[in-house]
Amino acid sequence: MAKTKALLTLDNPTSLMIPKVKTGIKGFEEISYGGLPRGRTTLISGSSGSGKTIFSCQFLAAGILQFDEPGVFITFEESVEDLKNNVKSFGWDIDKFEKNNKWLFVDASVSFNNETKVMGDYDLKALLIRIESAISKVKAKRVVLDSIGSLFHYFQDPSIIRRELFKVLSTLKRKKLVILITSERLEEYGVVSRFGVEEYIADNVLILRNVLENEKRRRTIEILKYRGSLHSMGEQSFVIDPQKGIEIIPLTRLQLTQNSSEKRVSSGNPPLDKMCGGGFFKDSIILVSGATGTGKTLMVTEFIKGGFENGEKVLFVAYEESREQLIRNAKGWGVDFPKMEKAGKLLIKAVYPESASLEEHLLRIQLMVEEWKPTRFALDSLTAIERGSSKKNFREFLIALTSFLKKKEVLAIFTSTSSNIVGGTSVTDSHISTITDSIILLRYAELYGNIHRVITVLKMRGSLHTKNIFEFDIDANGMHIGHKQFDRMSGILGGLPFVSDRNEEEKE
Amino acid sequence: MVKTNKKKAVKKSSPAAERWELRLYIAGNTPKSMTALENLKRYCEEHLRGLYSLEVIDLLIQPQLAAGDQILAIPTLVRKVPVPIRKIIGDLSNEERVLVGLNLRPLKK
Repeated sequence: MAKTKALLTLDNPTSLMIPKVKTGIKGFEEISYGGLPRGRTTLISGSSGSGKTIFSCQFLAAGILQFDEPGVFITFEESVEDLKNNVKSFGWDIDKFEKNNKWLFVDASVSFNNETKVMGDYDLKALLIRIESAISKVKAKRVVLDSIGSLFHYFQDPSIIRRELFKVLSTLKRKKLVILITSERLEEYGVVSRFGVEEYIADNVLILRNVLENEKRRRTIEILKYRGSLHSMGEQSFVIDPQKGIEIIPLTRLQLTQNSSEKRVSSGNPPLDKMCGGGFFKDSIILVSGATGTGKTLMVTEFIKGGFENGEKVLFVAYEESREQLIRNAKGWGVDFPKMEKAGKLLIKAVYPESASLEEHLLRIQLMVEEWKPTRFALDSLTAIERGSSKKNFREFLIALTSFLKKKEVLAIFTSTSSNIVGGTSVTDSHISTITDSIILLRYAELYGNIHRVITVLKMRGSLHTKNIFEFDIDANGMHIGHKQFDRMSGILGGLPFVSDRNEEEKE
Repeated sequence: MVKTNKKKAVKKSSPAAERWELRLYIAGNTPKSMTALENLKRYCEEHLRGLYSLEVIDLLIQPQLAAGDQILAIPTLVRKVPVPIRKIIGDLSNEERVLVGLNLRPLKK
């Protein structure tokens, strides 16, 4: 797309980068423009339960599994046993890493009891000696200190700990390691770290959040400070997958670099193809908007049929109706879903929208598209999935989904329910009208005491389309768009048409 | 400077009395470590004469020993016996506080 040329420097951030090491955490390389730098310290700050320890463990495990970089984990808080148990589900076999001399724990977990007292001057030489000997033992390239807040608790004098930590970290930096330290914070939005000094000993600061938003938890990561490097700004959503760990969804780094295809394919309904100037573009995103019962799901069904007839694979994600219901509906319109499924051309996933966060829904869709490789995708409906999410979160979800589908060159159809039976637009429309390439409106119109269904193509990016409004009927063979256009009427989209004067005069 | 490598100063007398096992972790002959060792020896001779054994561990020579007692800071004094184990971090310059920390009643005052 020619119109999306961004600033050159932002398009090519490598020119401004210090050498970085890939973390192996999905999405992190995108938001940090390449990973974490060697010989520098990165602080991860977050409230309890925000995923600091998981991030740290994943950083080491990914280092071993993906880049053969051994690591040392210094734990100040949890015992080694607890740590291993807590991250067991993610499939990182720490016992095996230890056996293979790739991972070494330094257990510096200090117990909070009265049996230790501090009297007079001291330093953390013993800690440094232990870390250094562990590093040289496994030839570590990555080091995690989790979490240094415990040190401040234990030794109480922050100025000494700050000085001593600085010494420890300087030594590690000279060894050209990638250093990750974690620290707690008490509030999601407030001071960076609990003791107010942690961020000053680090070159980079990441913040993990676990925010309650519209009664739903949403995890985000923010790069607050990244010395000497570009990075994306603001919060990025991430999820903690029970099997794979942290996956970041890098929204602000998405670029509009998709190719756009000139090739057209059938919508599954020939008259509609004609209205659109010859069918849908192969990699476009289409929004069908209409009140309840206007035929949105029918349009999706026809879209699937069109794909099947064209020999394409279609993924259908339904958030409103069950599989059985969908199959029955389709049958009522003369479309045989089970046959398509048997042929391996259709995959129906009926999901309850509240069963997961938007980020998780997004990842599931991405995974299915990547594994099953459909060329068409249908989602029914956006309105259902929008329930209970914030406006911003929903928009981010949509942007991520549409740009993903475009990158994969998947033709997609989304439905959206307008809140009014007649006329009006829904909130969803205003969110997504700029994101979708085409918008098809289905509306009820009341005329002489009867309800008529009408269809019009409101927008069709990069193509001519008819601007007329057509009436259509639904029967056992699907949708029939009439030849008769409502050219004698006005106010149809408002839902209450009236016979316009101009036409009246012409008629006479 | 005192020789510091794993030095044992065991003195036996009055076996009926409670025995003390102390361990001091240092890292080389730094001023802090030396101050702690001198202070500790003085207190022991004053208050625990003949009742204690003192082991000095230099982590520069035996780094692997730091893990056993969970040592992070230098110097650290560990009272192994009598139980419970107690740890005192620092150069031990305040005699009164050290004795309280070790739960050691002064013999002569």
